[in-house]
Amino acid sequence: MTTEKLEILKTKLQKFNIIFDNVNDMTGVYIDKNDVLEVCKILKEDPELKFDSLVDAVSVDRFQKKERFEMIYNILSLDFNERIFIKIKLDSKIPEMQSLTQVWKSANWYEREAYDMIGINFVNHPDLRRMYMPEEFEYYPLRKDFPLMGIPDSIPLPNK
Amino acid sequence: MPQTIYQDLKEKENGIPKTKILKALESENLSITFDDALDNEMVLNMGPQHPATHGVLRLLVSLDGETVMNCIPELGYLHRGYEKLAESSTYHEFIPHTDRLDYLSPMANNVAYALAVEKLINLEIPERGKYIRVLIAELARIQSHLLAVGALVMDIGAVTPFLWAIREREKILDLYDVICGARFTTSYTRIGGVAQDISDEGLSGIKKFTDEFIANLDEIRNLVERNKIFIERCEGIGYLSKEDCIELGVTGPLLRACGIERDLRKTSPYLVYDKLDFRIPTYTDSDCLSRYYVRAEELVESVKIIQQCLEKIPSGAHNALQTKKVLPKKERVYTKMEELIHDFMIINFGVNPPKGESYSAIESSKGELGFYFISDGSGNPYRLKIRSPSFCNLQALAPMMKNCMISDTVVIIGSVDPVMGEADK
Repeated sequence: MTTEKLEILKTKLQKFNIIFDNVNDMTGVYIDKNDVLEVCKILKEDPELKFDSLVDAVSVDRFQKKERFEMIYNILSLDFNERIFIKIKLDSKIPEMQSLTQVWKSANWYEREAYDMIGINFVNHPDLRRMYMPEEFEYYPLRKDFPLMGIPDSIPLPNK
Repeated sequence: MPQTIYQDLKEKENGIPKTKILKALESENLSITFDDALDNEMVLNMGPQHPATHGVLRLLVSLDGETVMNCIPELGYLHRGYEKLAESSTYHEFIPHTDRLDYLSPMANNVAYALAVEKLINLEIPERGKYIRVLIAELARIQSHLLAVGALVMDIGAVTPFLWAIREREKILDLYDVICGARFTTSYTRIGGVAQDISDEGLSGIKKFTDEFIANLDEIRNLVERNKIFIERCEGIGYLSKEDCIELGVTGPLLRACGIERDLRKTSPYLVYDKLDFRIPTYTDSDCLSRYYVRAEELVESVKIIQQCLEKIPSGAHNALQTKKVLPKKERVYTKMEELIHDFMIINFGVNPPKGESYSAIESSKGELGFYFISDGSGNPYRLKIRSPSFCNLQALAPMMKNCMISDTVVIIGSVDPVMGEADK
């Protein structure tokens, strides 16, 4: 991101506790999980920022004791051609955060995939179901403690 | 056994188990009302095995007569766990898996993945390598759009253009055979360049193909575009407003058909696209017919790009020269000691990029195909997320299908052109 845009971003988000990070040559922003909705509304509606398109949501299992899970949202401004990554650290025991479907509609399926693969609970999501795995599956496959070969008898196989 | 966050997966209503997916189907606002006594809504399952759903896509459609009230797509029938596999394979080992993502244009996925890893390790490849990658990426785009156009028209009922499109596609597959040895799952790019150089025979084959392609494409288009049945079945169907397109994160031909001129090759150019001259076809109607036109005109633009590349391609090295990260040439591996050691280290212990994260995207034929890497310094990626355009475009299927007839569902899916290998990963 250009330095002027970075300055504008910093002034708009002054009152929140944010930490800047580097995603190769693009900007990433760590946001506290309680402020997420307000920050995202500012990012979307402010006429100088106008990040109107949510492109992707990545869920990460950092496998450390404190703040084990993390969500990374990849948002894009079509008019200004800028991209920024919003990162949110989540609790280890019960990972949950507010769903961003209230701000961007495309977060619907991305958050469903994050729920399916890692098990993050999104509060106020309109339709939180599993995405790829069958509904009766009890584990979360992309967690680091789920083995690569799967757990025997976790998926019902047809009787022979 | 771990605790799940949601304890009750199935509620019972009147003693009948009601799964979450059926509740999701009913929760949308209905736009027409009917008497309770005539509760004649029917739930139809366009199952995963269906000749017109472009792969294993399951659609649950709730109908009132012939009008679609709501539609819920269900994915996961081709889920192979690529993101979990990537965490236990090295960066080089994952390249054959990327072929199988968008299996209708495998070269494009290879290019996207190689570009993403090279961005992670900050490696620049020489000019000839970049031109070769642009050539194969545009051939992949032609391949994919030919099938999209052909399948859309075949689902409507015209079988001949589909066979002509497949005939053109066979020529491209024969070109791939000459270039890299495989027709389908090519795995042609490597980190640092491409697997082997394109011979003159390959380049002249591409030139011959592009010289004849426009005439063959016009044959197909003349059959289709002035046909009244085609126009009536496609015009005004599957309308998605401009605000909805941006809100739902749609990219690719769907976005260009609703008036937004956005193409990653122009807005953030990668490889040598900033030196090439091409335009981006944009239409404003945002229905199935304009998406067909966007794809048909992109085919013409791709041919222009290929012809410019064939004139401008320089001679020289096709792979970067960084010995600790790029696989050396096979003849030297078999004869020289240093190359043998480097080959051993790179294959067994991996590329070892610096710790950090990186995102890189290309404009594939379906939209923005991106790879998000999180690296912890070792030879395997800590986390790889594939941003697949078909997955994101399928999210827009439900708003497009409101209040259309059931025979329009086939046309709408054809115009979105999903590939389930990409959507399910």
